[in-house]
Amino acid sequence: MKKLIAGAGAVAAALLATPATTPAMAQGKTITLCWAAWDPANALVELSKDFTAKSGVNMKFEFVPWPNFADRMLNELNSKGKLCDLIIGDSQWIGGSAENGHYVKLNEFFDKNGIKMSDFMSATVTGYSEWPKGTPNYWALPAMGDALGWTYRKDWFARPDLQAAFKAKYNRDLAAPKTQSELKDIAEFFQGREIDGKKVYGAAIFTERGSEGITMGVNNALYPFGFEYQDPKKPYAMDGFVNSADAIKGLEFYKALYKCCTPPGYTDAYMQEGLDAFKSGQVAMQMNWFAFFPGLAKDEKVGGDRIGFFVNPGEKTKGSQLGGQGLSVVAYSNNKNEALEYIKWFAQPDVQKKWWSLGGYSAAKSVLEDPNFPKTAPFAGDFLVAMGQVKDFWAEPSYAQLLLAMQKRVHDYVVADRGTAKEALDALIADWKKVFKDDGKL
Amino acid sequence: MNGTLPPKSLAERAALATPPTVAMRVRGLSDRAVAWIFIAPTIVLLLAINIFPLIWTIQLSFTNYRANRPNAPVRNVGIDNYHSILTDPDIWAAMQATAHFVFWTIVLQTVIGFTLAWLIDRKFRGHGFWTTIILIPMMLSPAVVGNFWRFLYQPQIGGFNYFVSFFTGLPPSSFEMIGSVKLAPWAIVVVDTWMWTPYVMLICLAGLRSIPDYIYEAAEVDRASPLRQFWSITLPMALPFIMLAVLFRGIENFKMFDMVNLLTSGGPGSTTEVASITLKREAFEKWRTGFSSAFAIILFVTVFGLANIYVKALNRVKQR
Amino acid sequence: MTGITTAHSVVEPGARSRRIAAAVVVVYAVLTMLPLVWIFMTSLKTPPDSISYPPKIVFQPTLEGYCNLFTTRSRQTAEYIRSLPPPSGFCEQIARDRNMVVVSASNYAPRFVNSLIIAFGSTFCAVTLGTLAAYGFSRFKVPLADDLLFFILSTRMMPPIAVAIPIYLMYRELGLSDTKLGMILLYTAVNVSLAVWLLKGFIDEIPREYEEAAMIDGYTRLQSFRKVVLPQAATGIAATAIFCLIFAWNEYAFAVLLTSGDAQTAPPFIPIIIGEGGQDWPAVAAGTTLFLIPILVFTVLLRKHLLRGITFGAVRK
Repeated sequence: MKKLIAGAGAVAAALLATPATTPAMAQGKTITLCWAAWDPANALVELSKDFTAKSGVNMKFEFVPWPNFADRMLNELNSKGKLCDLIIGDSQWIGGSAENGHYVKLNEFFDKNGIKMSDFMSATVTGYSEWPKGTPNYWALPAMGDALGWTYRKDWFARPDLQAAFKAKYNRDLAAPKTQSELKDIAEFFQGREIDGKKVYGAAIFTERGSEGITMGVNNALYPFGFEYQDPKKPYAMDGFVNSADAIKGLEFYKALYKCCTPPGYTDAYMQEGLDAFKSGQVAMQMNWFAFFPGLAKDEKVGGDRIGFFVNPGEKTKGSQLGGQGLSVVAYSNNKNEALEYIKWFAQPDVQKKWWSLGGYSAAKSVLEDPNFPKTAPFAGDFLVAMGQVKDFWAEPSYAQLLLAMQKRVHDYVVADRGTAKEALDALIADWKKVFKDDGKL
Repeated sequence: MNGTLPPKSLAERAALATPPTVAMRVRGLSDRAVAWIFIAPTIVLLLAINIFPLIWTIQLSFTNYRANRPNAPVRNVGIDNYHSILTDPDIWAAMQATAHFVFWTIVLQTVIGFTLAWLIDRKFRGHGFWTTIILIPMMLSPAVVGNFWRFLYQPQIGGFNYFVSFFTGLPPSSFEMIGSVKLAPWAIVVVDTWMWTPYVMLICLAGLRSIPDYIYEAAEVDRASPLRQFWSITLPMALPFIMLAVLFRGIENFKMFDMVNLLTSGGPGSTTEVASITLKREAFEKWRTGFSSAFAIILFVTVFGLANIYVKALNRVKQR
Repeated sequence: MTGITTAHSVVEPGARSRRIAAAVVVVYAVLTMLPLVWIFMTSLKTPPDSISYPPKIVFQPTLEGYCNLFTTRSRQTAEYIRSLPPPSGFCEQIARDRNMVVVSASNYAPRFVNSLIIAFGSTFCAVTLGTLAAYGFSRFKVPLADDLLFFILSTRMMPPIAVAIPIYLMYRELGLSDTKLGMILLYTAVNVSLAVWLLKGFIDEIPREYEEAAMIDGYTRLQSFRKVVLPQAATGIAATAIFCLIFAWNEYAFAVLLTSGDAQTAPPFIPIIIGEGGQDWPAVAAGTTLFLIPILVFTVLLRKHLLRGITFGAVRK
């Protein structure tokens, strides 16, 4: 009987072309949500059980680890695949996905359902939803705020013997660094030191070659040193910005940090390797996405009192690499109504609140602007600071080409010891110019 | 399977089993018709899934088409793609990485494989069992196993460095197989050699067993030393087999993608970026479909050309 | 591997040289198995044990890796876990002990099933087509037979990524992206060249006289093919089938580029099994172990025909 009703419902939906506001919810229907395979995704599975209970729509999940996520999902979208009904896509994809019609435009749906972008933190709306940037054209609901931050071993930093040794050497207290240079001092201080009979290392940073790892890590150093993607007054004019003296200093700094203070074998490391290094007690500090901090804070070995967090330190200026994703409906899906219903459910303030409590980073102001928010987790306050100073990589439709070029140039320089920082950035500008020329933007 | 056919009983059974009309109708099929009915499906499938796409690739290789921009205008760019590939230093670097990989895997696999075959040919007790054990790696999925070698190569937690340090005394974390620019090209050679030496061994073994005993007997009569026998009988007679093994390994490793992709994904930097990985990046990450089609054609022509030259050489050796 | 035992009179190797040969071969065989043993051992470790340094040789075996392979879990606070009903199974208990909750079954089982369907489906098609074509080439004068045979073989020389570019576009137009049918068709096309070459060798070895005798006795061509040739070629067909099966089972490049979920096979999935944060090596090892076992069995079954299979029938012994 249930099946019959479901069938009738589906037929009715098809015949009436039901508007999104009153979706014909077919009992027992299943929709698939695609995202990266990481801690927050598993928390989302737990959260989504409420949606299934309320709507009767079953949820299936396809999670792909970060190093393969972009390749796999863009491949899927480009092949007009029907695997994903909903996709939590990375911020840089928004340009291509909007222009090539992979995502459903959500403005009308938002208006009808009273979902207002002003209810979400503005950095996330710009970063995850808008294309073209700065215009009210929305292709996603900000789902997961994120930025690069740092964790450190609070218990090691608090040891009196290490405190004294550090003070003797650097003439200041051993504490979370305020600048990039301080960060390097601390990393050097820990590098090779014996702690509890184990040799430890300074910092785990990103050096991954295959997807986006080293670019994200390098950017996190370039921004505070004063790197700019383009002339603020003249779009796509990159000479003197991408390869400015500040940018060169930033890139040289990152290489120096990599050379002095990372664990052995750290040539192809991204978030997973960083987590492994930190959790197995190999490193004093770790660069990683805020997304992992809830899990780390609960970790049996290094969590609790043993872990501390800090925002990416400034140098000449301030800046953090933006992460995070928006929730979009795939244009090729056969279940758009149910998918939209999921977004409607997800945008509710109480769902957003539970999302945060389970380990997801809500972008809703109702959660973030709650006066108690900074007290809800040891990294909550830092998260707000970080989100206030984020910068993102290109979100152009050609972002993948721009990214691959940067991956190659900076990995060749930082890890494979090829050429100088200036040569790497000059070559990068040449690569990027070629891409923009092909796109007719230069 | 070697039972001989008892024609009478078969004919009787056939007569009983076949209704006359059907038999007549089927008999009506000429041999020629049967031949075409049998061969046609295969040819059709290959035309649809191999030849048609190949022609399409050739056509695409003269355009600037991009599979991720279905709405963008497609322009005919003539031989621009070919020109920019052949003058691109990154592509030449990839070809060099491929050449290094192909050359050294072939050398190592041939030397080790032939030695093993030569030893197994002594037919000691249990050689059948041990041969089967040695053969196992080549049957496994290069992707799944290559992925696991990434773990074995971890300097601190993997087994490989400890194994080396056990024999050489080097501290295990003093070298990084997939991390260092110097060692990474060898890391992929090691894994490929581990996997595919048995392949060469098996073919060499067949070669050694194909040498008739009377030749050795004659050599004994002539008082040829064992070394001399090896150089003037064993090696030359097994050579066509060795060359065949080299041909197959050469083609396979020129195409190498899965194991290297999972082990190093071309890194560090672009040190182990073999041709197939570059092609994958161009085609499925940058989505420069036209450009990568041209590269695909160049690779295909290269394999095909080299293989043809090699087969000619092989035939000459065989005829000697 | 046994081969023909010819009477080695003069050239019989001495006992000492045999013993040395045996020793070297056995040492090599043991070395070659070490990585596989390591995979199996890792599959029985706990995640912390698997990444401890130096690596543990002696450890308390556990099935956690296999549990993790089939589930996805989320780390939660103690208060949240206390609010849930008690664990309902072995794997859930293990997860709770680590302050985690099992949130759903993982995708490994469906991917494994996809592998089975696609491997067996494409093998069946490739062997059927291959047997027919091989018979055609073996028994009839086909115009341009040598060219056709070489053409069939040359399709194996293309790098798979190069083949995947147009196939990707073609499947996108036909709606075959990420479908089992699409993968079966593709693997059939790749395998059919192997099947034709191998089976032609096997069928060439069956004396024509058998069929001719049968046809004189009133069999039609098709009947004699079915009742005489097929039974005679059964071993060859079985060996060919296993080779096709192994190829389809192990294939990675096409699978990773042309499938994303519904038709994805195990090889592109196993490397992306990750646990909390880092790669969950015990789960990866468990997935690898389960994936390799069928191949181990087939290798043993096939050992007499291996040589022929890997050389496209060029070496028959």
